[in-house]
Amino acid sequence: MRGIKKRFGPVKALRGVDLDVAPGEVHCLLGQNGAGKSTLIKVLAGVHSPDTGELLWHGERANIDGPQSAIDLGIATMYQELDVVDGLTIAENIFLGHELTRGGFTQRSAQVARTRELLNRLGHGSLSPHAEVGSLSAAEKQIVSMARALSHDIELIIMDEPSAVLDGEEVDNLFRVVKELTSQGIAVIYITHRLAEIRAIGDRITVLKDGASTASNLLVADTPTDVLIRHMTGRALKNVFPPRPGVAHDAPVVLDVEGLGRSGEFDDVSFQVRAGEIVGLAGLVGSGRSEIVETIYGARQASEGSVFVRGAKLPRGSVDAAVSAGLGLSPEERKSQGLILGEPIFRNITLSSFARFAKAGFLDEGAEKTAADEQIAALELRPADPALPASALSGGNQQKILLARWLVHGSSILLLDEPTRGVDVGARAEIYALIRALADAGNAIVVISSEIEEVLGLADTVLVIGDGRLLSTVDSSEIDEHGVLDLVMKGTAA
Amino acid sequence: MSTQSTDTTGTTATPPSALRRALSGSAGRNLGLVVALAVIFAVGTITDGAGFAGLDNILVILRQASVIGVISIGMTFVILAGGIDLSVGAVLALASVVATADALQDVIVENTHWIMLVVIALATGFLAGLINGVVIAYGKVAAFMATLAMMVGARGLAELVSGNRNTLVDSSEFKRAFNVDILGVDILIWIFVLVAAAGWILLNRTTFGRRTVAIGGNREAARLSGIKVKRHTMWLYALAGTCAGIAAVMMLARTTTGTATHGNLYELDAIAAVVVGGTLLIGGRGTITGTVFGVLIFSTLSNVFVQLNLSSSVQAVAKGIIIVVAVLLQQRFASRPGQ
Repeated sequence: MRGIKKRFGPVKALRGVDLDVAPGEVHCLLGQNGAGKSTLIKVLAGVHSPDTGELLWHGERANIDGPQSAIDLGIATMYQELDVVDGLTIAENIFLGHELTRGGFTQRSAQVARTRELLNRLGHGSLSPHAEVGSLSAAEKQIVSMARALSHDIELIIMDEPSAVLDGEEVDNLFRVVKELTSQGIAVIYITHRLAEIRAIGDRITVLKDGASTASNLLVADTPTDVLIRHMTGRALKNVFPPRPGVAHDAPVVLDVEGLGRSGEFDDVSFQVRAGEIVGLAGLVGSGRSEIVETIYGARQASEGSVFVRGAKLPRGSVDAAVSAGLGLSPEERKSQGLILGEPIFRNITLSSFARFAKAGFLDEGAEKTAADEQIAALELRPADPALPASALSGGNQQKILLARWLVHGSSILLLDEPTRGVDVGARAEIYALIRALADAGNAIVVISSEIEEVLGLADTVLVIGDGRLLSTVDSSEIDEHGVLDLVMKGTAA
Repeated sequence: MSTQSTDTTGTTATPPSALRRALSGSAGRNLGLVVALAVIFAVGTITDGAGFAGLDNILVILRQASVIGVISIGMTFVILAGGIDLSVGAVLALASVVATADALQDVIVENTHWIMLVVIALATGFLAGLINGVVIAYGKVAAFMATLAMMVGARGLAELVSGNRNTLVDSSEFKRAFNVDILGVDILIWIFVLVAAAGWILLNRTTFGRRTVAIGGNREAARLSGIKVKRHTMWLYALAGTCAGIAAVMMLARTTTGTATHGNLYELDAIAAVVVGGTLLIGGRGTITGTVFGVLIFSTLSNVFVQLNLSSSVQAVAKGIIIVVAVLLQQRFASRPGQ
């Protein structure tokens, strides 16, 4: 295998990308959202066909005209949005579309045996091939997705942000699997936002910006981080986290959570948030962080404990009451839980605030657009056209819609679950600054992030969560990443 | 958009992007429906001559469309929110026999006012719809199953109430009140126009309409934004039931008879009209205007077939083909990368 070379003429999404991948290497693909990474891998996977340019596979010109022909060549793809079917078992998912058959009948036992083999290879031999995929965690679903890729006879596997849904231990396992694959001569194209991961497993890097490769085939070992960031953004990136002014001691407590619990998920969680304070929830995936926040918000019904907003107790399990009390949630799954993708931006922004724009149930669309425009300007939402559908925006700007929704509503307690998930490095700094500015303006903010660094950089106070329990409440200046992990390890071992 | 404030001439050409956006929006989708309706109309005119395009025949077509039309307006809301209501035809029948039941007519209508007959029919439709809504929203039963049960149950109840006989409307005032033309147009057509206009306003200008679209577009996002999704869902089915009640009054006006066989398969005609009119079956997108066109397309078509003396079987085949072709065409329109 000599590698792949691709070149595109002046097309919209991709304007000339060169990339070659050698057998047994991990080739990282880096770039901001909208830089064309996803389009590029969809070309390789046969989902899109390039308008111009050529693709050489083992030195010969190859034509990928559909997903099946990509697989036939030996190229498998793991997409960012987990593409597994919830209602089927692990084994059925892995062999979906290429079932082992004899005379039209699926050979279930052969599939199950092969599935067990693949799961073992991926370090998840404890998963049953008969388990229904809908019952698995996001990390386990990813394993299924990877097993499916490996069930083909492949030479190149493309992983689009595989670590986005994984916690620390799972990421280590992922790296182990990747190394095993490369030692067998399989090439990996690895897409990530996390520079640390590139350092950990990458061999070479190609950086994309605005649909073109700004740097191709750089050696990871020889390239300093600031060079990479310059290639990505066109500018050097300094301290991304805004300064913390510190919370005034006499700032009123606006959100008070007392002994909150939900059977089977978490119990006895108590903390307070003052006006102007950012509280960050750190912990591993599956530790119960999202569940806690959703229960505070009333989207899940608490089984014990209570939530007070400015001294007034919230009824359990009522989103409506929480919203009226001034809470606003920006959910973890932006697309499936937060936005109505087909609807225009301004309608997404005013979704929670109809009462403000309606008289006797009749909406004043002009006033809605004006209010949306104000927020679009204040949050620097791009493109600044309120009539565009929400689906047309990048992840960072979609996140801004959710912030704008609660700002229009006048919410003063914002619960932000993974606000920078799927948001590129440049736009992240912008989101951080925005969140800090909101806190400075007197809002109380609760942030969840799987990236401990992010929680530490952004929050005033850090709550460390492990196994559904609040392990520790610390000032963020008094703890570092290792300290948090230490607490998590000790807490969950006990 | 932001440069419009500096545009003083007011006559500068519309930028092509705005035009394209308009075409790929709801106006563009409705354009396809206008063309389809025009084609059917042209076929009718060519094959049948001046009689078809005459005002009298157009009024016949509209009158034919009116009952299904009113049901379809309610159905549009339910489908927009991602639901379905299979019970509307049966609820229509139930409302028609309840309102004309001997006991009720003797006691209430004779002693009060003919308007009570209308009130009873609407209340029956509303209640049946409300039951659907409660079962679906709070009982978490799939809309398809809940309304299927109502479809079977309401039809059976209608048979019980009427004792399998046709029950006549006794009130001559009722018959007189609904046997009028306004500006030469049958009152049934006016009712359809009014319901459609009210539906348009409800969908496009009120929070109720916006919430409906939001729930259909992304139920979870709507819930997490503080919209009371369950309560709203309940009212949607009550609305569909009320529309069936209105349709029942119209049937009573047209036939002066209540019977358990009224409205047979109307639910399918209404769903077909809504979907042909461009409303997505999964919800989140649709228009009242589209639904009105959907209804008119089917009633014009059946008028053409009647004029040509073709059997109802031929008509049914043509209807099936039109539904498939319309949906195929709409998918082309919808997936065109307009933005």
